[in-house]
Amino acid sequence: MQALSIRNLSKTYKNGVVALKGIDLDVRQGDFFALLGPNGAGKTTTIGIITSLVNKSGGSVKVFGYDIDHDIEAAKSCIGIVPQEINFNQFEAVETILVNQAGFYGIPRALARERTETYLKQLQLWDRRRSIARSLSGGMKRRLMIARALVHEPRLLILDEPTAGVDIEIRRTMWEFLRATNERGVTIILTTHYLEEAENLCRNVAIIDKGRIIENDSMPNVLRKLQTETFVLNTRGTLTVPPHLPGFEVQLVDGHTLEVEVSKDRGLNDIFIRLAAQGIDVVSMRNKVNRLEELFMRLVRGANEPGAAPAGGAARAGTAAAGHSR
Amino acid sequence: MSALAPVEDAPPAIASRAHLDWIGYRTIVLREFGRIVRIWGQTLLPPGVTATLYFIIFGSLIGRRIGQMGGYDYMQYIAPGLIMMSVITNSYANVVSSFFGARFGKHVEELLVSPLPNWLIVTGYMTGGILRGLLVGAVVTAVALNFTHLHLHHVLTIVASVLLTSIVFSLGGFVNAVFAKNFDHISWFPTFILTPLTYFGGVFYSISLLPGWAQALSHANPILYMVNGFRYGFLGVSDVDIGLAFAIMIGFAVVLFAVAVGLMYKGIGIRE
Repeated sequence: MQALSIRNLSKTYKNGVVALKGIDLDVRQGDFFALLGPNGAGKTTTIGIITSLVNKSGGSVKVFGYDIDHDIEAAKSCIGIVPQEINFNQFEAVETILVNQAGFYGIPRALARERTETYLKQLQLWDRRRSIARSLSGGMKRRLMIARALVHEPRLLILDEPTAGVDIEIRRTMWEFLRATNERGVTIILTTHYLEEAENLCRNVAIIDKGRIIENDSMPNVLRKLQTETFVLNTRGTLTVPPHLPGFEVQLVDGHTLEVEVSKDRGLNDIFIRLAAQGIDVVSMRNKVNRLEELFMRLVRGANEPGAAPAGGAARAGTAAAGHSR
Repeated sequence: MSALAPVEDAPPAIASRAHLDWIGYRTIVLREFGRIVRIWGQTLLPPGVTATLYFIIFGSLIGRRIGQMGGYDYMQYIAPGLIMMSVITNSYANVVSSFFGARFGKHVEELLVSPLPNWLIVTGYMTGGILRGLLVGAVVTAVALNFTHLHLHHVLTIVASVLLTSIVFSLGGFVNAVFAKNFDHISWFPTFILTPLTYFGGVFYSISLLPGWAQALSHANPILYMVNGFRYGFLGVSDVDIGLAFAIMIGFAVVLFAVAVGLMYKGIGIRE
């Protein structure tokens, strides 16, 4: 069953900005799905339409089979949303926010309190349950919004940049929690600027740019499309000119650092053999950027180049070749 | 982290929609009531202080020189008007500030993403306005009883007129909050429209004292009907026909409710 099914979704704002140009998107039940794109690509508009915070201009959206035009209440009951911006009453106590939110979904007070305790404990906020929300740290506020989104036990959890501005330790705790939530059967859609986050958590990914889906496939398939990777090599001795490595693009960053671009059909051994032959000793090596980030930049750049094939068409061709339904 | 139970695979039961809606409505009302009580220094206390000043100055000091109005002591005559004035301003103020605050702080989204129907969200906020109106009305009544005796002519008329008036102005506050873009906009209508209409709505005088043209103009003021309907319930005297007064109150309530729900459906001011 599809947790989310979007067809030909479009949105033009009153000021004339076309945010979505007829996107199609399917998210399978139980999936952990990444929706990526640069700022202003249309991610938040898409999420806004799914959650009824933005009126669509055209197309259809179904959540677990419920059409938002005809069964809006049933569709909304299935969704939990963690928005990008803080949107709880900052003058209310933490537990009041959760109990009230459960109430808006028709959950009786006693059960709401029970679930509030469960989720506040899960997200390590129980000790702060009587605190006024305004007094929480940034990371706590993010976790409070996750707890609030889950208190009515939705089947589809949508997170719009949930870890923005959160330190790495809390981010990793949140990843662990989200993985466990997904394992319980909750379908998760995640937008994030931390592409490492998407690569670590998500099984499928769609990349949106300028209101169009330019890529939509499984995470391994998307990463396989990356033809080259750039490695950063640290050398023991000081270099003054870049070493000669036929078949590789080499750049000298500084006296001890090289950047080598390696295509997928070349092995890394070649680099070390040739460097060793030139008396260059490599002491450490790492990827220059996260792989998904590299692919993302290339896709977005490619879609924006003059004369590039229509982005949606290219994405569809790629997806079809990979044998994945959309 | 301890493991949580798997989510239900079946779609959520929607057969008992009415029960779910009732819980949602009650949650909005409890939240609004909590807000009124939490900030009692802004919601319940000032009307009591203002009413005390009105009764001292207009009732005790000036009222003695005025003598009788409509066959009653001036203090007795203005008491229903002062109670109604506080109900009007507080019903309005509660909804306009609470709903605009929710828009401004974005926590209105908590309601918008929930399965609560739009009419129920409007009804929830309206009930919050009625609650504050009635609470403040009770405070001002208690103040009034320290200065004068309140005669009860027709209790049902009192209850119906105060409820209808509170509904009308709660809904008015809601509509104002939907259109407001900043905090100036939520004080503009109460300051420049509502207060003059209330003062010229027969709170402090009978319009029979006015010249003909001013009487005719006063009949275009809807607050005149509300104040007089309420006063009739206490004293049995009114400057207007009571049937007409109730028809106007009901008419305003129905139209404003339809407008408020329509604005929610269209998403004016709350959805992009």
